[in-house]
Amino acid sequence: MKKDVVFVQGNEACVRGALYAGVNFFAGYPITPSTEVAELLARRLPAKGGKFIQMEDEISSMCAIIGASLTGEKVMTATSGPGFSLKQEAIGFAVMAETPCVILNVQRGGPSTGLPTSVSQGDVMQARWGVHGDHSIIALTASSCQDIFSITVDAFNLAETYRTPVILLLDEVVAHTRESLMVPEAGDIDVVERLKTSVPEGTDYHPYLPREDGRLPMSDFGGIHRHNVTGLAHDMWGFPSSKPEIVYGLMHHLVDKIENNANEIARVKEFYVDDAECLLISYGSSARTARHVVEERRARGERLGLLELQTLWPFPAEIVRKKCASANRVLVVEMNMGQVLGEVKKAVDDPKAVFLANRIDGGFITPADVLNIIRITQGKGV
Amino acid sequence: MAVTDYIRKRFFPHMWCPGCGHGTVMTSMIRAVENLGLAKNDIVVVSGIGCSARISGYLDFHTMHTLHGRALGFATGVKLSRPELTVLVPMGDGDSCAIGGNHFIHAARRNINLTAIIMNNNIYGMTGGQYSPLTGHEKMATTAPFGNIDPSFDVVKLAIAAGASFVARTTTYHVNPMVKILEKAITHKGFSVVEVMSQCPTQYGRRNKTPNAVDMLNHYKTDTTPIGSKEKEENPDLIERGIFLQEERPEYCAEYDKVIERASKGR
Repeated sequence: MKKDVVFVQGNEACVRGALYAGVNFFAGYPITPSTEVAELLARRLPAKGGKFIQMEDEISSMCAIIGASLTGEKVMTATSGPGFSLKQEAIGFAVMAETPCVILNVQRGGPSTGLPTSVSQGDVMQARWGVHGDHSIIALTASSCQDIFSITVDAFNLAETYRTPVILLLDEVVAHTRESLMVPEAGDIDVVERLKTSVPEGTDYHPYLPREDGRLPMSDFGGIHRHNVTGLAHDMWGFPSSKPEIVYGLMHHLVDKIENNANEIARVKEFYVDDAECLLISYGSSARTARHVVEERRARGERLGLLELQTLWPFPAEIVRKKCASANRVLVVEMNMGQVLGEVKKAVDDPKAVFLANRIDGGFITPADVLNIIRITQGKGV
Repeated sequence: MAVTDYIRKRFFPHMWCPGCGHGTVMTSMIRAVENLGLAKNDIVVVSGIGCSARISGYLDFHTMHTLHGRALGFATGVKLSRPELTVLVPMGDGDSCAIGGNHFIHAARRNINLTAIIMNNNIYGMTGGQYSPLTGHEKMATTAPFGNIDPSFDVVKLAIAAGASFVARTTTYHVNPMVKILEKAITHKGFSVVEVMSQCPTQYGRRNKTPNAVDMLNHYKTDTTPIGSKEKEENPDLIERGIFLQEERPEYCAEYDKVIERASKGR
C-alpha cells in the first residue's frame, strides 16, 4: 500500500498525531518553540468543526482545555518553559479531577526566560513534580517526527485510559527538525475513545468510582448525569470531603492507577541492547546523538547499545534495571544536569557504573560530547 | 418546582456563616433559572475558590468548583465547546477582580456568552478577612490593620470598559430586582456581568462597624439607588443599581461558527 509521505517539522508531526487521535479542542498562548502547534491547529481544527482559542495567558489555556474535556472532547494545549510553569496549578486540578488532557511542553533552556530558542531537556523533573502535592503523572517523549506522531496518539490514548493529564515532553531540536513522516492511515494505530458511563438516567452515577478494571467511566457536562467536579479532595460523587478514610483512598487511587501500570505505560526502543557492554540511555533529540554514536562504534566492533526511553514518567525502572544488568557501564545521555541519571542510578543494581554525558549550555549534544565521556569511563584521556 | 428541587440536599448543611448574603444569591439564581424554564441538564455552573465558589456544589446542575480566579477560563472551555449550554459563573470579589482580573477583562472583551455573577462581599472571607480590590479605601481588614490604602475597582465601569455587553449591579436586599436582572443576564447573548453586593457580617461587617447582617442589608437599602435617580443627583455617594448596559454585539461562539464555515470552505 502506498503511504502518504510528508516532509514536516516535529511540531507538525505532533499536530498530525493529535488530529489522528481525535483532538477537537485546543487552547493555547504563543510561546517559542511550541507556537507552530497553535498556528497549525488554528487552521486545522475549525476545518473539521473543532475549536481553537488563543487565550489571554498560559493559565487560562490550561483551564479552558479542562473545561472542554469535561464536555466530552479530546483536548490539548502546547507550551514551553515558563508557560509550563504557569500551567502547573491547573495540571494539578486535572490530576485531582481526573480529567483527560494532553499538555505538550517543547523544552527550551531555563530556568526563567532562559534560552527561548535553544534546546534543553531540563523539564523532566518539572513534568514529574511541577504540580504541588503527592500525585502521579504520565510523561512521554520522542526522538523523530515519525515517533512524535505515534507517541502523540499514545498520549491521547493514555489520557483517556487512565483519566489523567499526559505530558508530552519534546525539546526544541526534535520539535523543529524537519524530516519525512510516513502518515499512518486510519486504523494503523489504535485510538482509544472516551469511556462513557452506561448508568441510565435517574440512577445514581458515581464519577469517581472505579470499575473492576480500574477505569472510571465519564459522563459529559450537558449530559444526563449532573455531577460535581472539584480540585478539593472528594468522595466518589465528586463532593468535597476531608474525612481521612476518603482522602486516603483517593490519594492511593490517584497514584496507584498510574504507578501500578508502569509496565503497561512504558514505551522504550532498543538498539543493540542485548550484548552491549556499554549501554547508553537517552530520550528525545539526545537519543539521535546517542544512536549515532552507538552505530558508529558498532561498525568498529565496539559493543555499545542504546536504550531509548519514550516513557519518562512513570519511570520504567524495572525495564531499565533489566536492560542494564548485563552491561558493565551505563551512560545517560541528556541535555540537563542529570535528571534522568538520578532515576537510572536508583533503578540499577550498580549505581556506581552509571555515568552522565550531558550538555546544558543551549548547544545540541554532539557525538563528540558523548565520546569524550565514553573515553573517560574507559580510563582513556579525552 | 420548589427551590429545594434545584439543590443537592446531600451536600447540606452549607458552610456559609449565619447572616451571609451568598445564600440569597443562590436562591435568586435558582428562581431566575426556574422562571426561565431552563432544564437542569442544560446548565453548567463554574465557580472559582472562596466562600462564593461553594455555591456550585450545592446546586443540582453540572457543576465545577475550580481554581482561585480561574473560573472564567474553565467556563470559556465549556462554552466554546458546547455553546448550547447555559453557563453561569459565580465568583467572589477577590476571585474575579484580583487573581482572576485578567480572565475577567478578556472574557468581557471576547463577549463570550457567559453569565458572570460577582458576589461582592468586599472581603476575602474564607481566609479570614483580608482586603480585596473591592474592600474600599479606609476600610479595615486583617491585612489592613491601620486602614486600607487600596482604592477599589468599580466593577460596573471595569466590565463596560473591558467590553461586556450586559452589565448590572444589584444587592441581596433587592431580591426581586436581582431575580429579574439575573433572568435578563442569562438570556442575554453575550458576556453578562452582574455585581451582587452580598453582606459578610463575619469578616467584613465586624471590622467595619456593621457586625449585624440586618444592619448591612439596611445599608444596601439606604446607600444605593436606582440608576439615574433624583437621589443620586442630590447625594453622589449613593451607589447606583440596575442595568447599566444591555447591547447586542457579536458573540464569541457565534463568531467562531463563522470561522468554522470559512475554514470548511478552505478559505
